[in-house]
Amino acid sequence: MSIVEPPDLDTVEDPSPSDAPTRRPRRVRARSPKLPYALVVPAVGVLIVGLAYPMGWQILNSMREYGLPQQFGADAPWIWFANYTSLLGDGFFWRVVVRSLVFMAGTAFATMAIGILLALLMKAAPRWARLTLQMALLLAWAMPIVAQMTVFSWLIDPRNGVLNYLLTQLPGIDMTGHNWLEEPLSFFFVAAAIITWASVPFVAISVYAALTQVSDEVLEAAKLDGASSRQALMYIIMPIIRPVLIILLLLQFIWDLRVYAQIQLLQDFGPKGDDYDLLGTYIYGLGIGQGRFGLAAAAAMIVLLITLCVSGFYVRELLREDAR
Amino acid sequence: MRSSVKRALAAFAAVVIAIIWAFPVYWMINSSFLTPLTISGLEPTFLPFGGTLKNYQEVTTETPFFEALTMSIMVVAVALVVCLTFATLGALAISRFRFRGRKTFVLTVILVQMLPAEAMFIAQFKMISGLGLLNSLVGVSIIYVAMVVPFTIWMLRGFVTGVPIELEEAAMVDGCTRIQAFRRITFPLIAPGLVASGVFAFIQVWNEFALASILLTDDDAQTLPLWLRDIAQQSNLGAPEWGQIMAGSVLVAVPVIIFFVIVQGRMAQGLVGGAVKG
Repeated sequence: MSIVEPPDLDTVEDPSPSDAPTRRPRRVRARSPKLPYALVVPAVGVLIVGLAYPMGWQILNSMREYGLPQQFGADAPWIWFANYTSLLGDGFFWRVVVRSLVFMAGTAFATMAIGILLALLMKAAPRWARLTLQMALLLAWAMPIVAQMTVFSWLIDPRNGVLNYLLTQLPGIDMTGHNWLEEPLSFFFVAAAIITWASVPFVAISVYAALTQVSDEVLEAAKLDGASSRQALMYIIMPIIRPVLIILLLLQFIWDLRVYAQIQLLQDFGPKGDDYDLLGTYIYGLGIGQGRFGLAAAAAMIVLLITLCVSGFYVRELLREDAR
Repeated sequence: MRSSVKRALAAFAAVVIAIIWAFPVYWMINSSFLTPLTISGLEPTFLPFGGTLKNYQEVTTETPFFEALTMSIMVVAVALVVCLTFATLGALAISRFRFRGRKTFVLTVILVQMLPAEAMFIAQFKMISGLGLLNSLVGVSIIYVAMVVPFTIWMLRGFVTGVPIELEEAAMVDGCTRIQAFRRITFPLIAPGLVASGVFAFIQVWNEFALASILLTDDDAQTLPLWLRDIAQQSNLGAPEWGQIMAGSVLVAVPVIIFFVIVQGRMAQGLVGGAVKG
């Protein structure tokens, strides 16, 4: 989702579990064998009600005919994989899938590239400049999604937006009255820019934290051995911070795939229509918009599958952390 | 000499980028103080001199702001209390005890965090509407607790693991029961963790838009993000009242920004503050 999803903060920045790296945490067998189960019951209960039950409903109904008539009490016959096959045979669904994946990859890589550059810059800059940059990043990071979208809509407002004004000040450019959301490609570019703006802070600050773990002695030694600073970056720093980079990239993939809120809000304030849909808004339109819940459930299952593929690696990394 | 030039360049670049990154936030605040006349002028106004509080006054009185604020506060309070209680218990279980099914539970906690709202919200909508809980505090709270509990457990796990079990055992040798040992030893030591994860949960719930937009459709059951979307959308039908929309955005964003700054400090404290030194 949005600005903060702190599982990663835990992994990336919080050294409290690993601060005493040599001591493995000890777990005991409870005197009463029921105690641990009693402790997890409330959490498991709420997960069953809030997630597992809807998930079960979704799996079942993705295999049934469930449209408007069923809303009003008609039988919902089993049609097994017909919902899936009709989606997969639909050219428009594929267009939305591909569009979402391209959007995800583009935004994630842009975020990572800018984030890493800013982290290196923080390392190179004097303390006061680094703190200034960190404060600015924190401000952007803290913005709620809805406020992000209203503010950027105002910045790019065709009539009085400051972006068009500033661009028009450049010689040879006249952007007066330019509508940034009209063209689908431009619409998605704006969406990607906003999401990148909002997610770079997390990446930059995490990568910077990782960079500070690279000991100066190692770099010093490399320099004495005649390594250029580019070589030091490529062969010493990058390999050391690689695990952090991988986790961050995977998180960006996961988050940039689920951008329902941003796209929906940008459509609210700008143009609407199929051409401006990504998977989230597409499923919303199918289910809540048109009441075709069977199809929407099948589409949601496909999104889930895509997410699972992307996050498989991430889960492996986290489990490794738990074993430590 | 060369390296000092480099540092100066880096400082310059850092400041320029800081200005670019903070600009939208600055622009939001700046515009929120401008009159409609100034804001619709041909030249943008870069400094809020001669500003007005009128936007704030209008946006809070002419729209159901206080209703939305009340709803947001109630949702956040219920979700936070329930979530923190459940998550503390769960975190204790996985970081203190060996038990059959522990791995499965940990895996579930991790996997569930990957679930995109997109992949679930249709089914959640059907369930909540089937229970007759659309537009109710209870309905949205169930979904929110399920949404934030996993990461809260995961985050607290780190803090609980940071308190060595030997401390609790020592207290038990001295005559405490397990519950007393937890309350007197572990609980105070993980308090910063509770604050930090509580603030994170707060931010998530306060900002949540996707689920709220489908579970809270009534005008009088809206949380603040929905309220903000509404005023932006309504005024978009005519000429947008950007001053008011920005004032509304400030009102939604400010609590988050404040808590964010707090939690950053707390996190740092949790990292360095070696509460357990011997």
